[in-house]
Amino acid sequence: MRHLFGTLASVPITLFGLVLITFLIGRVVPIDPVLAVVGDRAPQDVVERTRREMGLDRPLPEQFLRYTGQLVRGDLGRSVMTTNPVTTDIARFFPATLELATVALLVATLVGVPLGVWAATRPGSAVDQAIRVVCLSGHSIPVFVLALVSLLVFYATLGWAPGPGRQDVLYQDMVPPVTGILLIDAALAGDWDSLWDAARHLVLPALVLGAFNMAYIARMTRAFMLDALSGEYITTARAKGLSAARVVWRHAFGNILVRLVTVVALSYAGLLEGAVLTESVFSWPGLGQYLTGSLLNADMNAVLGATLVVGLSYVALNLFADLMYRLLDPRVR
Amino acid sequence: MSSLADRRAWLLSEVPASRAQATWGRRYRLWLQFRRNPLALVGLVIIVLLIATALLAPLLAGADPAAQDLAHRLARPSAAHWLGTDELGRDVYSRLLYGGRVTLGMVVAVVVLVAPFGLAVGCIAGYAGGWADAVLMRVTDIFLAFPRLILALAFVAALKPGVTSAVAAIALTAWPPYARLARAETMGLRGADFIAATRLAGARPGRIVLRHIAPLCLPSLVVRVTLDMSSIILTVAGLGFLGMGAQPPSPEWGTMIATARRFILEQWWVPMMPGVAIFLASLAFNLLGDGLRDVLDPKGDR
Repeated sequence: MRHLFGTLASVPITLFGLVLITFLIGRVVPIDPVLAVVGDRAPQDVVERTRREMGLDRPLPEQFLRYTGQLVRGDLGRSVMTTNPVTTDIARFFPATLELATVALLVATLVGVPLGVWAATRPGSAVDQAIRVVCLSGHSIPVFVLALVSLLVFYATLGWAPGPGRQDVLYQDMVPPVTGILLIDAALAGDWDSLWDAARHLVLPALVLGAFNMAYIARMTRAFMLDALSGEYITTARAKGLSAARVVWRHAFGNILVRLVTVVALSYAGLLEGAVLTESVFSWPGLGQYLTGSLLNADMNAVLGATLVVGLSYVALNLFADLMYRLLDPRVR
Repeated sequence: MSSLADRRAWLLSEVPASRAQATWGRRYRLWLQFRRNPLALVGLVIIVLLIATALLAPLLAGADPAAQDLAHRLARPSAAHWLGTDELGRDVYSRLLYGGRVTLGMVVAVVVLVAPFGLAVGCIAGYAGGWADAVLMRVTDIFLAFPRLILALAFVAALKPGVTSAVAAIALTAWPPYARLARAETMGLRGADFIAATRLAGARPGRIVLRHIAPLCLPSLVVRVTLDMSSIILTVAGLGFLGMGAQPPSPEWGTMIATARRFILEQWWVPMMPGVAIFLASLAFNLLGDGLRDVLDPKGDR
């Protein structure tokens, strides 16, 4: 219980650090934010006036307080590129990333866990070695290379998958946005063609994005299972004459479930990172695309806003993993 | 040949006569153990080859990596151009060799910056304890709270895209795990009898940390660095791919893919060659790291 308190107490400090880092990054930009607004031909007095209006003549700590105050009110500034408030932009782009990452995580878990269990029940066998090689490859291949290869093979050569993008042009703006998650919105609207179209477009990017985490989840599952299967209670269960499947899935697997939940929650956070690269290749209109687009245009408000949102999600997911662990494991509780 | 057998006997001696003999004997035994893992050996060989080809690029490359030949752009692999040519008719094979210098050089630069720093922070935090530990670990946690690539992107955007800022940005985001690791090791060593004995002999904290604790943290740090190399390679290449790392015409592998990605559906070999190079380098470090872990750090099975 004391430890739980410690975990929760550290959250505000981490959040403070996140905000401080993004603030400092915003202040070391070599591009003068004033010049970015008024242009470099503006007369000196205009520059000075704008600087005062933007509060940039104040001491840094005061600027930081103002910045934090704005953040608390949900104001991330305006994007130069889209001319919208950054908060509005992020609200529009984030659901697409969420949809992609969630489906990718589902795939990674549903494939990775059985693979890991399978490998652990036959350690040292050909199956184990094969799974090991697959996992190592999945861990080593850059996600953007995998994305390019998959487009070449499944879109250009075999024609099994649709091209980049989230929807066909035909289905663009057909379903009213409710959650921003196309699969859910289409289902709510009862538009099954749109749902099918969205699902088809989702498969390839989700598989590509999930590959890295599939490898990670499989490796961790294998390690946990080997550990669990060496327990004496497993020998007992086997001696009682229980079937192999029952021993593996009920006795051993049941015991690693808690640790597995933590691993899966943590890899969800890692998906946000891969999403930036995957979205770039698949022209997926998510937060990653928004981030890279703003990067190339030196649109710092948008960059910092997106970075902060990703950081916040990361902290939230880590906290969630920690809390789940405490909640589910009777020994920690 | 007897000298070889003699040397082996000297190395494997159960009663080493000197400190050097004991040290080298231990290293030789580790090597014998490491040699039994074929995958790790493959990794080692690939790494040595990659580094050698990068260093010897001027000798091995058939062509100037910057020489353009617009008449033969996007050519298929052939005898003249082993891996074909890119969109400006430059020889892809030569560019890959020179690119290895940039990509691997950036990775080495990151590690050289990060490993000693993380080690120092971790050892100081772990040995000092108290508020110094609390403050240092909070700072570490804050940096761990960002996904590495995203934070690096924001840093690079603030500085200016290029090799130096990419290295600095990745270094800034890569040290926390080493600090955590070194701290955990130090905490385990702090209460050991030999440390207490050294302290009673009058050694100052600085000397204890530097001479007695840090060296013992090294094996697990080496394993961690090797396993981490692959993720650093992927981050370097990822930054290059997003246009935030080395800038064209630099033949950095990620940057090469970025400029050639629009040819993926027609002249797929142009963007694929650097992709294969990144994959090989990253895989090799993963294989080597796995093998090293079995030898150097058998207890930590993660």
